[in-house]
Amino acid sequence: MTVHVMTGNDAAATAAKLARVQVVAAYPITPQSPVVENLSKWVEQGELPAEFVAVESEHSALTVCIGASTVGARAFTATSANGLAYMTEQVWWAAGARLPIVMCVANRAMAAPWNVLNDQQDSMSVRDAGWVQLYCRDNQEILDTTVQAFRIAERLNVPVMVCYDGFLLSHTMMPVDVPDAEVADAFLPPRTAPLQVVDVNNPRNVGPVTLADPRADADGTLQPGYMEFRAMHHGALLEALEVVPDVDRAWETATGRGWGGLVCEYLLDDAEIVLVAAGSLVTQLTLVAEALRAEGVRAGVLGIRCYRPFPVAALRERLAGRALALVFDKALSYGYQGPIAEDLKAALYAAPDAPAVYGAICGLGGRDVSPGQLAAATRAALGDLAAGVTDRAPVWINLAEGSMR
Amino acid sequence: MNQKISMSRPSVGEAGRTGDWRSSRPVMRAELCLAAKAGKVTCQLCWLYCPDACITQGMPPEIELEYCKGCGICAEECPAHAIEMVPERAHGVCEMPGGAAR
Amino acid sequence: MTCVTELPTTEHLLSGNRACAGCGIGIGLRAITKALDGRMVLVNPASCLTVLGGMYPLASLDIPWINVAFPSTAAAAAGVRAGLRAMGREGEMTVLAMAGDGGTADIGIQALSGAAERDDDFIYVCYDNEAYMNTGTQRSGSTPHGAKTTTTWTGKRENPKDVLAIMEAHRIGYVASTSAAFPTDVYDKMVTARDRRGLRYLHMNTPCPSGWSFDPKDSVRLGKLAVETGLVVLFEIADGVFRLTGRSAALAKSGKPRTPVAEYLASQGRFRGMSEADVAEVQAWIDERWGRYVARNAGD
Repeated sequence: MTVHVMTGNDAAATAAKLARVQVVAAYPITPQSPVVENLSKWVEQGELPAEFVAVESEHSALTVCIGASTVGARAFTATSANGLAYMTEQVWWAAGARLPIVMCVANRAMAAPWNVLNDQQDSMSVRDAGWVQLYCRDNQEILDTTVQAFRIAERLNVPVMVCYDGFLLSHTMMPVDVPDAEVADAFLPPRTAPLQVVDVNNPRNVGPVTLADPRADADGTLQPGYMEFRAMHHGALLEALEVVPDVDRAWETATGRGWGGLVCEYLLDDAEIVLVAAGSLVTQLTLVAEALRAEGVRAGVLGIRCYRPFPVAALRERLAGRALALVFDKALSYGYQGPIAEDLKAALYAAPDAPAVYGAICGLGGRDVSPGQLAAATRAALGDLAAGVTDRAPVWINLAEGSMR
Repeated sequence: MNQKISMSRPSVGEAGRTGDWRSSRPVMRAELCLAAKAGKVTCQLCWLYCPDACITQGMPPEIELEYCKGCGICAEECPAHAIEMVPERAHGVCEMPGGAAR
Repeated sequence: MTCVTELPTTEHLLSGNRACAGCGIGIGLRAITKALDGRMVLVNPASCLTVLGGMYPLASLDIPWINVAFPSTAAAAAGVRAGLRAMGREGEMTVLAMAGDGGTADIGIQALSGAAERDDDFIYVCYDNEAYMNTGTQRSGSTPHGAKTTTTWTGKRENPKDVLAIMEAHRIGYVASTSAAFPTDVYDKMVTARDRRGLRYLHMNTPCPSGWSFDPKDSVRLGKLAVETGLVVLFEIADGVFRLTGRSAALAKSGKPRTPVAEYLASQGRFRGMSEADVAEVQAWIDERWGRYVARNAGD
């Protein structure tokens, strides 16, 4: 183990190298580009024995991973924002085909208008595609989670998206412990045979037209229809609720670092007010909780590490008996509310002893969000709570007066 | 149902007995077939052009009627006009596997 | 040139498949799979070929086959190739991407261009049935001038995109034009392609009875007629050297007049009602192109 000072993008690339990825597909987009630049360099210098395919688009980047993963290779790519949107067809394809691809997403705002800075609208917009989605708080977690992601993906035969905030993490230098290759190898053995059979001596047609209803094979045995395959896929995502924490524990055993599995918490034990978010905002919220505690407010933090599958049981358990969960979303379902707030409300519906849930929208397109603003928003929420408000529309933090008209 | 992903195995007759699609059937008249007349595997254009791999090389080539869709390319392309497309109604019945008729 | 009785008799396309009666794809695909002796993986996007391939859990070809998204064919083939190489399995099979004209000339051209620029190591076959036949005969970039489709009700006004020229412009090692009506030509070009490396591109004219509106018995006859007129020209460009092949080479050598395209156009419902001026325009387009091909012909 060696400590290096590196950016989040470097951490992601280093993790892919530690995972001994066999095929890397790359297309540049800010703020992700340094991930694939690093990998390109290592492949060219012979440090990483992998196939590096410099494709002509993000659609092709994920497609190359799909092709390579189908024949059993460990495949990796990374993207951001419009790049992720452009490959959305393949985001669904990779998941539906049950391919254990790992993709890092350096979270960035969606155009139009152009904006290269951070929010989480991009990855939140593909939350329904059937990938495991993990959000990271700092660069160490990016490295650790990206290595873990391969083990999760290959165990479940579903792709894993490792999300981290663009610029805030992707371009910020932090000390990162890099495990020795032997440690990573012991944690992540080579990929076993894929579900897909591509063999001239045992020819199969992978991913053909699949009917609504089950259909008999040549032996007369009924085989699944489209809906059965979708149910199996859903089952694999639900199984991730066990596998993600298991893998995180195994990593902790190997390296001494665990990240909480599905969720992470800070000062939560006696907290009445729980601040909820995903990504680097969680780190910021720990400062807010400390500041509020200094004022006598019993505040704590609950970070969503695994956003898909949504950790309903873990959230219910940790939020039971609290007075308020205040969710800070860096994304929005336009005309409705922030995605995490929306999901948390649904998760807590009919749960015994559930807190009130308020939402707040912040940080869109890189809009600065300071601990002071987050604390102020929390104080305002406490005022609403004291006034008996049980539900309310999301408030927008650090928004110019009169914009919502 | 033991499959985790949609992945097919090869099988003839994926679309069923496609011979049922046919309105006319190719009838080989061996006495005109170049290969049959020459007594060796020559010509075989009917085999070459069959889109459905329903024809086996031979003297004359053999046509598998269970799956022949009746496109008529073999008859059209036969240089000796040895294959005639005969309307199915002229046969009265379509044979079913096992000898049943309908 | 391989003669008919020298072709392998092993069939990889299975009878009783879902293709329309008289579909040219089956004719061409039999020759293609024979040339590769089944040692291949077929990478195929949404297209008529997908339908021919069959619905789960039954498949109509006894070769490895991977279904991929419509725009992604060439990138998927590149990924399969990269994956096989990374796994040390590159010697096991040829990677064959096979898409229709819409999947090639239109939605797939970006990925194809990228793969060609990288000279990725696989064979790409465009089976050109000259419209989006699988979705109900909408016009594609490869639909010929004058053809009625369900999005050109009075006939397409534009000439088809010259994908062969586009591929040649990428300076890949092997580009060939062939026709499903000439299975031995398809076979020979596939064998040539099989034994080369890098991206190899074959464009296969593929008659379509339903989309072109003709009797299924005429699939081969019309495919041949297209070559007789010079509308479809059989050629190959190997390492930059252009050569007419087969019937097109014979036509050029004979110096005899080609069959007027009017005869070809009159044989199909899709061209019904074309004005004489439009027919003349197509004829002039063919003549100009034929002249260029003959001038380039470095063969005998």
